[in-house]
Amino acid sequence: MNREDFLMFENNKDLIYFDNGATTFKPKKVIHKIVDYYSKYTANAHRGDYDISLKVDDEYESTREVVRKFINAKNTSEIIFTKGTTDSMNMIVFGFMKYYLKKDDEVLITKTEHASNVLPWFELEKELGIVVKFIPLTSDYKVTLDNLKKVVTSKTKVISLAHVTNVIGDIRPIKEISEYAHSNDIKIVVDGAQSVPHLKTDVEDSDIDFLAFSAHKMLGPTGVGVLYGKQDLLEVMHPLNYGGGMNSFFESTKELEYKELPLRLEAGTQNIAGVLGLKEAILYLENIGMDKIHEYEVTLKKYLLEKLKDIDNVEVYNPLSESGIVIFNLKDIFAEDTSRYLNHYNICVRAGNHCSKMVKDEIEVKNTCRISLYLYNTKEEIDKLIEVLKNSKNIYDIIL
Amino acid sequence: MDNNLRREIIVDNASNPFHKETKGDDFIKANTHNESCIDNINLYVKIQDDKIIDAYFDGEACAITTSATSIMLKNIIGKRVDEARKIMIEYYKMINEEEYNEEELGELNAYSDISKQASRKKCAILPFQTLEKTFKIYEK
Ligand SMILES: Cc1ncc(COP(=O)(O)O)c(C=O)c1O
Repeated sequence: MNREDFLMFENNKDLIYFDNGATTFKPKKVIHKIVDYYSKYTANAHRGDYDISLKVDDEYESTREVVRKFINAKNTSEIIFTKGTTDSMNMIVFGFMKYYLKKDDEVLITKTEHASNVLPWFELEKELGIVVKFIPLTSDYKVTLDNLKKVVTSKTKVISLAHVTNVIGDIRPIKEISEYAHSNDIKIVVDGAQSVPHLKTDVEDSDIDFLAFSAHKMLGPTGVGVLYGKQDLLEVMHPLNYGGGMNSFFESTKELEYKELPLRLEAGTQNIAGVLGLKEAILYLENIGMDKIHEYEVTLKKYLLEKLKDIDNVEVYNPLSESGIVIFNLKDIFAEDTSRYLNHYNICVRAGNHCSKMVKDEIEVKNTCRISLYLYNTKEEIDKLIEVLKNSKNIYDIIL
Repeated sequence: MDNNLRREIIVDNASNPFHKETKGDDFIKANTHNESCIDNINLYVKIQDDKIIDAYFDGEACAITTSATSIMLKNIIGKRVDEARKIMIEYYKMINEEEYNEEELGELNAYSDISKQASRKKCAILPFQTLEKTFKIYEK
């Protein structure tokens, strides 16, 4: 749907883009918003006393309200602009958990997490002596409450999970997990990089403690993202950056005071153009409706899986996952060779382990091709992909 | 080299690679780990008195890397380290479109066109880069 809103399609006539898990195209409205900021009212935020600076302030702060509403947070002070999911995750781990956790406390993740929900914890494990443990997955790679309960102990203090994983594409029962977690005094951190762009997110209903997501995976610009945290938790979060914009005053006597939330956690000039672009992206998504987007993706995914069944030499590894992600290989062909073959027909898919290097322990293939769908993909594009895959017997003639 | 022959050599070596098997653990081991691609091959080389007496590999990689590793092993087993390095130098010259000695390279000539595809160049030189790692370990 809405393909006419995307310049990438205008400028790349035959391009089929199936790598939306990596990043997404931007609608004209988002691009125009950014161009307007740079061409009509460039100024810094929270600084000036002149009209264009006040306009920037308005635009920037009203984005916070748009984000708040989009994820149903209580207060705008719970919305922190960051560089993206990775940045948000590092703030959660090193700005909050580092002070909240003690030696031997246990953090639960899974082997299908993205690197940004793994490596910060591994580092904190080295630093503090916390213990990072893996929740066992079901045979179709899912997290269930039952499996989770098997590894929770009296030392478990945090459960940190992607709402939707970027390789398997399974949707985790976050609300159920969070209910269980809170009744056991466990904090719940959610990596929303692959869920916020595709599903209705409600941090209040799911009772999430922290949420991280990136603008660029939801039609917004690169280099900007969001950290959501419950007010009382963000209040005690330590900034990882100190400098302008986050202090109220400081003296040569070293006397100083930092600002209240959210500015205390946004030191330095922020990615203003990015934040404004994020606002347009959210308004754009809301205008279509998140439920409609999800429904559309599910329809496309079903169509794709149905068609892939017709091809003998295609193996799909996650037929049961609920999101718009399909991972597959052509029999006896290395994933990167397949992606190069598809590239020859202007079809973009991602080959590799998709930044989740522990997935191989679960699905026993190290590398796969990933198709990740979004609202602008179509059945016609899937038909083209299927046709090309059906003719893949000559793959080496094409790529060698 | 004729295009069909070139492709045949590569496909043969990719589908039935030479010495892609386990041969024991008294070998020097090095891994291709490379940030920009997902090829992941372990190379195992046994060197005695500067002579490569045996070698094998395992792991997962694209057709270019797998075949180039296979052909490289056929070319270097039984040679001295300095002889293998000579082949390596000629090979790099070929990959970089410099003048090189075709006779030294045998089947490796199948990659003479690879520089036309920048992204495949990395795959083609990965086996030799990894071989050099094992030599460095041996020389230490
Ligand atoms: C599940 C998941 N988490 C985190 C990230 C990291 O996002 P970013 O690179 O925007 O920080 C990604 C991006 O690929 C992802 O898919």
